[in-house]
Amino acid sequence: MKRLDTEVLIIGGGIVGASAALVLAKAGRRVTVLERDLCGARSSGINYGGVRRQGRPEVQLPLSQRAHEIWGNLQSLIGTTGEYERSGHFKLARSEADMQSLIAYAELSRPYGLGIELISGERLRQQCPWLGGAAVGGSLCPEDGQANPRLVSPAFARAAAAAGTTLIERCEVLQVGHDGRDFVAEARQGDDTLQVRAEVLINCAGAWANRVAQAFGETVPLTSGHPSMVVTEPIAHFLPWSLGVEGGSIYCRQVARGNVVLGGGRGYVLDEQRARASHDSILGLLPQAAALLPALRHVHIIRTWSGVEGYLPDQHPVIGPSTTQLGLLHGFGFCGAGFQIGPAAGEALAELVLHGRSTIALDAFSIGRFLPAGADAPDLLSSHAERKIS
Amino acid sequence: MTRPAPVIVGAGPAGVRAAQTLLAHGLHPIVIDEAAQAGGQIYRQPPRGFLRSRKTLYGFEAGRAQSVHGAFQALREAIDYRPNTLVWNAQPGLLDLMDGMAQSASTLDWDDIIVATGATDRVLPFPGWTTPGVYTLGGSQVALKFQGCAIGRSVVLAGNGPLLYLVAYQYAKSGAHVAAVLDSSSLADRIAALPAMLGQPALLAKGIYYLAWLKLHGVPVHTHAQVQRVEGDARVHALVWRRENLARAGGKPGLEQRIECDAVGFGYALRSETQLADLLGCRFQFDALQRAHLPVRDRSTRSSVPGVYLAGDGAGIMGADAAELAGERAALALLQDRGITVDAARVAQIEGALARIGAFRLGLERAFPFPERWAATASDDLVICRCENIRAGELRAAVREQGAAEMNRLKALTRVGMGRCQGRMCGAAAAEILAHAAGLPVQEVGRLRGQAPIKPIPLGMHVPAPEPVAARVIALHAQEDAS
Ligand SMILES: Cc1cc2nc3c(=O)[nH]c(=O)nc-3n(C[C@H](O)[C@H](O)[C@H](O)COP(=O)(O)OP(=O)(O)OC[C@H]3O[C@@H](n4cnc5c(N)ncnc54)[C@H](O)[C@@H]3O)c2cc1C
Ligand SMILES: Cc1cc2nc3c(=O)[nH]c(=O)nc-3n(C[C@H](O)[C@H](O)[C@H](O)COP(=O)(O)OP(=O)(O)OC[C@H]3O[C@@H](n4cnc5c(N)ncnc54)[C@H](O)[C@@H]3O)c2cc1C
Repeated sequence: MKRLDTEVLIIGGGIVGASAALVLAKAGRRVTVLERDLCGARSSGINYGGVRRQGRPEVQLPLSQRAHEIWGNLQSLIGTTGEYERSGHFKLARSEADMQSLIAYAELSRPYGLGIELISGERLRQQCPWLGGAAVGGSLCPEDGQANPRLVSPAFARAAAAAGTTLIERCEVLQVGHDGRDFVAEARQGDDTLQVRAEVLINCAGAWANRVAQAFGETVPLTSGHPSMVVTEPIAHFLPWSLGVEGGSIYCRQVARGNVVLGGGRGYVLDEQRARASHDSILGLLPQAAALLPALRHVHIIRTWSGVEGYLPDQHPVIGPSTTQLGLLHGFGFCGAGFQIGPAAGEALAELVLHGRSTIALDAFSIGRFLPAGADAPDLLSSHAERKIS
Repeated sequence: MTRPAPVIVGAGPAGVRAAQTLLAHGLHPIVIDEAAQAGGQIYRQPPRGFLRSRKTLYGFEAGRAQSVHGAFQALREAIDYRPNTLVWNAQPGLLDLMDGMAQSASTLDWDDIIVATGATDRVLPFPGWTTPGVYTLGGSQVALKFQGCAIGRSVVLAGNGPLLYLVAYQYAKSGAHVAAVLDSSSLADRIAALPAMLGQPALLAKGIYYLAWLKLHGVPVHTHAQVQRVEGDARVHALVWRRENLARAGGKPGLEQRIECDAVGFGYALRSETQLADLLGCRFQFDALQRAHLPVRDRSTRSSVPGVYLAGDGAGIMGADAAELAGERAALALLQDRGITVDAARVAQIEGALARIGAFRLGLERAFPFPERWAATASDDLVICRCENIRAGELRAAVREQGAAEMNRLKALTRVGMGRCQGRMCGAAAAEILAHAAGLPVQEVGRLRGQAPIKPIPLGMHVPAPEPVAARVIALHAQEDAS
């Protein structure tokens, strides 16, 4: 068995874990990331690529605004633009009632400075000749946009490694506990086993994070969800904005290469770690897409996919300290919207390690909201060996 | 409830024999094929109204073609045959189909299925391979068989594998000028392979016959031949090659030689069409002989997924005769699994015959070894993925600078295999480049995971709106989704 000592151990090399590692390593901390697959191979690298603040619940806006600043410096931070573009995010309304919700949201979010513009009637038709008849109006957030997750998320991990993080891929943490002095994690890498001891543990294990939380007596109602994606062949650019629809159901954007990526509906589960776009979701999406964007009627779809993402019942992530174990931090359960916010979530977790507090209040994301009030703290001293997380 | 009818995908030799066998035992299968008529690749039928005889179309194979077509003709009325129909997606219990004529989607329930999806050419690019006038060997042959036309007046055929000599022979016989046959393998390879091939003397004899015929008719045949590049912009006008054994290092390369021609057919044997098996959830394993990840199956053609049977070239290249046998074996396995008694002697006979053909395959691979040094010789500016215009140098840079050592990661970083063909054409070559650049054996770089649709489908195709789909869309409306 190989052994490794580190200050901070991060489980999971998605955008959240890698962002936290990057900030910590830059601050001179000894950080180790253990990633079961390849960094950014799960949700973070295969998502739709929407980088939007518009439509987020109010409690997420401070963090989302901070993320917006980080995205603005992406190139200097991770050495690539990752096709990040502030191309605008347009949310459209298909009914007057939906338009009213958009107006209300524009009002609610005004103090946070999203810069939302409402567009309807004649101006809508002039500005969006490519839009089918389904829309009555919409709301544009000009500085929201899109990026290529396949490039961005692995680049966060590479930047973390370049800053000094010990990055160990294809290495699955099988069990973790605390022996009263250190966190002790046991992991498998090929035929080898690896034991890591750390002062601080950050749980960024995405849809699988509950296992880590459970090891410390903090079971949360985390479920897996599988958003379904469809992509067309590349076509001439015609779609300036990333599009969403009030109330959900379909979203789409045109990528740098010219392909149109569409999302909507749910995939089906292949196994615990993989999902595929489902028959229902694909066939549900196609007619909607053709109605929304008539120009798409004559293009081919060439690919579909899905992924495994962690969801919590109130649609907010868990970000912050454990309520049962000193030195343990959680950052998971981003409910289908963690790509944009991930870099700020990672930074906030790093700040907790570095300064004991984060710049942005995380109270709304406390794991405590799911735990029974006054629950007894488990026996931490004897918690190590038996606590399997996989 | 009665069980759904067994489904067969592919009406090539494997699919036809499977259907015939099921029907003989009282099951009426659904046979789905993307093509307009049964026959598959080897016994592809020309459009109706073409008046060439079977003998002209299929040569030595005319008898077998007759037998396969005849068998299908005889059972057509008794089965649910759906030509012009693409299976574009599969998930447990369900297939997605598209009627290519009406461009409309439909759904089919399955609980047992025989996958007989055949093969396409294995492509290893060379400079200029995207120039108009360059085809694959299989494509060259399809033009001849299906359309009755040659790819050019003066044609060079290059690469390796049995199809190389066959297509050269067919082209020369049909009156095209075959300017040269360039075989990347060597005569020594051929001789080393002889013992294994003697088990199938008839097939061996055919191969020898084609070669002898070509020589007799003055067609230049060169071994150790490596294509250097094609010349021409709007159209091929020459091909440059030189003597150099791609299979082995060492030995001095010869001088460049130039051949005038207006078309090139090339290919390095075949690769299995495995996406459907992949979508059906079959387990894959690297097969050293075929140098590819293939769906696992046992002697009886049973896959790792209950109810999924894998027959013919789609599960591993074995040739048309083996495809017929495997199709029958798959049907017998399916029947057995449905509790229907089958002739045990016949089962044993088929398995024995398939094993003998397997031994012959070993010989064939030795006779036409995969050009292992190809990746080392591919220059950085060689286009590997033509859908996305990705060059070898970009793949190497992703390995060097971003640590890519696995196919799906390479795809994510570079877009290789992300275009319309989904890696069916470029995947094998990209894996070779990746393995070579990363210093890994090719089996360790993995394979591109299959994703629906198996082939591009029109977004605007007619989608019937059954209750469940509409209901789900409304349900989704209530839920803020990912984005
Ligand atoms: C299809 C899809 C579309 C989406 N679209 C968008 C979008 O447009 N915009 C947006 O903002 N968000 C979107 N999301 C959500 C977003 O991708 C996620 O919220 C975000 O990537 C979560 O990042 P993460 O680091 O928490 O998780 P992940 O990226 O899932 O990373 C967790 C990592 O932990 C590893 N791991 C788990 N257990 C272990 C273990 N025991 N040992 C070692 N490693 C382990 C996993 O392998 C994984 O790599 C989408 C999600 C999906 C699936
Ligand atoms: C272009 C080409 C030419 C060849 N020529 C010769 C030759 O001349 N002599 C020789 O000995 N061998 C030849 N071969 C090899 C020979 O084709 C095979 O050994 C033999 O045809 C295998 O039979 P099969 O039934 O497994 O597959 P095939 O004959 O390839 O039949 C597969 C069938 O499945 C259908 N199909 C595949 N995927 C789908 C899908 N998703 N949905 C619906 N339908 C689908 C195809 O349309 C096809 O009709 C050739 C191969 C190729 C690719």
